[in-house]
Formats: sequence, C-alpha cells, structure tokens
Amino acid sequence: MSELVDCRGLSCPEPVLMTRQAIQQASGSSLKVLVSNAVARDNVARAAKSMGWKVNVENDGNGYKIKLYQ
Amino acid sequence: MRDRLFIIIAGGIVGLLALILVLFGNPANMGFCIACFIRDTAGGLGLHRSVVVQYLRPEIIGLVLGAFIIALHGREFKSTAGSSPVIRFILGMLMMVGALIFLGCPLRMILRLAGGDWNALVGLPGYVLGIWLGTQFLKRGYTLGRSQEQTPVNGFAGPFFAVVFLILLVTAPAFIFFSAEGPGSMHAPLIISLGAGLLVGVLAQRTRLCTMGAIRDLILFKDYHLFLGLAAIFVVVLIGNLITGKLIPGFEGQPVAHTESLWNFLGMTVVGFAAVLAGGCPLRQLILTGEGQGDALITVVGMFCGAAFMHNFGLAASPASVSPAGQAIVIISLVLLFIIGTANIRTRTKAK
Repeated sequence: MSELVDCRGLSCPEPVLMTRQAIQQASGSSLKVLVSNAVARDNVARAAKSMGWKVNVENDGNGYKIKLYQ
Repeated sequence: MRDRLFIIIAGGIVGLLALILVLFGNPANMGFCIACFIRDTAGGLGLHRSVVVQYLRPEIIGLVLGAFIIALHGREFKSTAGSSPVIRFILGMLMMVGALIFLGCPLRMILRLAGGDWNALVGLPGYVLGIWLGTQFLKRGYTLGRSQEQTPVNGFAGPFFAVVFLILLVTAPAFIFFSAEGPGSMHAPLIISLGAGLLVGVLAQRTRLCTMGAIRDLILFKDYHLFLGLAAIFVVVLIGNLITGKLIPGFEGQPVAHTESLWNFLGMTVVGFAAVLAGGCPLRQLILTGEGQGDALITVVGMFCGAAFMHNFGLAASPASVSPAGQAIVIISLVLLFIIGTANIRTRTKAK
C-alpha cells in the first residue's frame, strides 16, 4: 500500500511542492499522486525524475494517477 | 531534452513575432505587452476614457483563442473554477496596478531590456524580489484552495468573449473607441496582430511559458526549464534590435517608459508578488483562460478592472512621471499582497 498525495484541483507549483515533500518524507519506496491537469502531471513527473524516482502515469478519465517508485 | 529544445524554439518565435509586430506598427518595445494590451482593450470598450490608449488589441484575442484551439486539440481543455475567485480578482487588479506603474507587463520588461531600456534593468530585480516574496508564502503553505470541474459553458466563456471582441473590432460600432493618437493608435494590421497572437497562444499553451514561473521555479526548485524560454525571447529580440538598429541603450527618452527607478522597481515587485499568489503572470492567465480555467478568467477580468481603475483615477504612470497617488497605490498594493499571502496560509492536507 503506497502513500497517497491528493493534488486534485490544485495548480502548480502546489502539486510539485507537495510531491517533493512527500518524497522527502516517504517511508516506503512508492507513492501515488493524483492530479487533475496536464501541467501538474508533467511538472510532478519532472520533479520526481529529477529526484531519482521512476514515474508511471495513468489517465483515469477525470485526471491522472501518477505512480512514483524507487 | 526535446522539451528543452521546444521551449527554446518557442521562446525564439515569440521574440521574432514581437519584432515583427513592432516593424508593422506596434509601439516600440511593445510587440507584446499583456498589461498594455488589456489596458488598451479596456479603453476600447470605454471602461476608461484615456484617449491615447484605446484599441481592442487583436493580440489578446488571438492569445486566448490560440490557447483554446490547441487545448481542445490536445485534449487539455477542461472547464474548472472555484478556487478563491474573489482573491483572484483582486490579484488580477494588483498585477495591473504594478504593471501600469512600471508601464509594461513582465513580457514587455524583457522586450524593453532587449531594446536597451535600462529602466527595465531596474524593474527586473524588483520583479525577482516580488517573486521571491511570493515563494516564501508558498513554502509556508499558501494556497487558494482546490478548483472543481464545472459545466463546459464555464470554460467556453473566455473564448466566447474573445470572439465577441473580435466581432466588435472588425465591425467597429460607434460605442467602441479607437485612439487617434498615442500608443493606442499605433498597431500592426489586424491580420498580423491576430495571427501573432494565435501563434503565441498555441506555443505558450504547449510549452506552459510563464514569465513568473520561469523565475519562481529557479528560486523554488532550481529548475531552469521555463527560464530557457524567457532567455530565448530576450536573445532573439536583442539580436533583432541590433540588426535593425533599434538597440538604443540608456535611461532617458525610452519609448513609453519613465525614469523613476524606485517606482519601476516597486511596480514590478507588485507584479511579481501578485503573479506568484495568482499562480501565473498576465500572459499565463490569458492562456489558462483559453484552456477553460474560470479562475484565470476571473483574474483577467480583475486585470481589466485594474486598468480602468488606474486610468479613471489618474493613478497610472505616464512617460513623464509617477503621480503621488500612483506611488501611494503601489504601497497599498504591497500591503494588500502581504495580507492576502498571510491570510491564505493553510495546512496542506496530504493523504486521504
């Protein structure tokens, strides 16, 4: 069970700030981030990659589910 | 890597179009100026009666419609709203206050800089300071809250107004104002202005170009992705001005600019601070409006009202000076921004 970061309805840079914080505090090796727009999707993915995490994006119709793992 | 190349090329094209617009009639160092053009459009609608700055700028119309078309095409159009609309309206007004004291939005600041206007060199650190101030609030949990998905008609409102403005511009009914002299009378032919707006709208939507985001991301994340776009605009315009002999360095006698350094600095501080709190510079707000974000549209409406407010009450700077009342409104704006920043610090809810 990975930790969930809910950034739905938020616009950048908030999703990136929240994701970075979650990565820094992560106890496990995976995270799930929910975002509702493409800008947040791209920015969260870029931020996670720059911190050395792998990224997997799923479009769930209403937004994006971003899986981050080490 | 491909993303980086794309934003550099996009920035270069924006710079090139800015040069072309001036070549075809826009005021000097004003190929693009979102604040000036919204101010001119507000004047064209008669929201203020400053006769030298009245014209429904096709660039503004094009930016919104360009972003709208490409967002639809890329399936990124999404009708959302509901994140602190009142605060966003006020932030739009404040962005306009700062820009009409400096005499230009951040994009025009870059163009002025590339034209050798050293007053913009004073504005730039002011802008950076404003953005830095905004990031301090972001770090402490500043947020305007979540937006919600709305019915599509909400998102279509912005592009709809853009089309209405275009019809008004082309048909020119008697109640629409057109400056006979001054900056408002200087413009490229409609088709060129509209085309340039559309193209930049498309590019800015795809690349997420934002003059505030460029500097904010550098400060917050040491991420220079957006900054590359800004740098490309500057370099291309600088080279263009060098070739065409339009690079005239100095403080005095610069086109549509004044030399009151303190107010150039603080005016841009207000713009930068307000842009961070609103989540985007004036250009970005137009693009987001095209993408269907009602929260951005409210910010743009705030900018229109801010322009009317600044001109109706004699607060806007002129190329001659910044009036005492104009100086007072800058200070009041900074105070308001600190209040808005502080009052919207919330504890972020992380996990559900």
